[in-house]
Amino acid sequence: MSDTTTHFCKNLPNLPTDEEGPVFAEPWQAQAFALAVRLCDEGHFTWSEWVETLSQEVKRAQAEGDPDLGDTYYNHWLNVLEKMVAQKNVVSPSDMTIRKEEWRQAYLRTPHGRSVEL
Amino acid sequence: MGQDHSHDHTEPPSDPALRVKALESLLVEKGLVDPAAIDAIIETYETKVGPRNGAKVVARAWTDPAFKDLLLSDANTAINSMGYAGRQGEHMKVVENTDTRHNLVVCTLCSCYPWTVLGLPPVWYKSAPYRAQAVSAPKGVLTEFGTTLQEGTKISVWDSTSEMRFLVLPQRPEGTDDWTAEQLEDLVSRNSMIGVELALTPAELKVIQAGESS
Repeated sequence: MSDTTTHFCKNLPNLPTDEEGPVFAEPWQAQAFALAVRLCDEGHFTWSEWVETLSQEVKRAQAEGDPDLGDTYYNHWLNVLEKMVAQKNVVSPSDMTIRKEEWRQAYLRTPHGRSVEL
Repeated sequence: MGQDHSHDHTEPPSDPALRVKALESLLVEKGLVDPAAIDAIIETYETKVGPRNGAKVVARAWTDPAFKDLLLSDANTAINSMGYAGRQGEHMKVVENTDTRHNLVVCTLCSCYPWTVLGLPPVWYKSAPYRAQAVSAPKGVLTEFGTTLQEGTKISVWDSTSEMRFLVLPQRPEGTDDWTAEQLEDLVSRNSMIGVELALTPAELKVIQAGESS
């Protein structure tokens, strides 16, 4: 495990893990995890910023009645990831919304079995 | 959604999956993350994604004939009945190995894979050589994995699509008649459910377990 991953595991008590490290319910969660690790490694934000912001997001969600039994954890993770890159002026929220729609359209126009490209 | 089998489009992934895809492609474009580095991290979690309950499904089929019948005729219903939900729009088909027929799964165009039962696809499954050879020379692929079939066994190759995903039901190994479903699970490797290997024999399992504990 990278230092960043070890730090996440140690300081994020709700992070779904097994005895060896993080586990994921769906492929996109592993992708979102990897993005956060790389952005930390590349210095776009620090470990402690990530841990702090994510912990606040989880607390806020719990206060609003999210029982967070592990199944919603990566939704919070993704929310924080989008928030952080916007705050750091890395990617704007509108670019993300536009790009998401472009991908959706790309899927819808790609004949099935072909690789989906923008 | 439902059972739409039209072939002129690809069903878009879930909303969070699209958001991650959007963010990653923007970050890559801006040169802020290296896609190879992202893939390398994801690869280390290859076996950590999804419920990975394929072995439980196979072990149940080996021990419960009624379940096996349902699994072969309507895999989605059978798998859902064990409490494992697949994604909507993804149809599963289970193909059974017998004394005379062996099944091998590939996705020649991309890397469609039943991750809800098998986790993330291994790197080799996504590689161009596997995708090509599985179709042109399936026997050679099996040999590379150290798998030998009985003389005269026919090989069927199943090409997965994003709407139809195949899972191989391997043959129950000999010498396991008194094993419970739970014990049998350990014999069902991921590779045996892709069809590049057979289920482990009790002797092979012993060797692996001895290796792990030493």
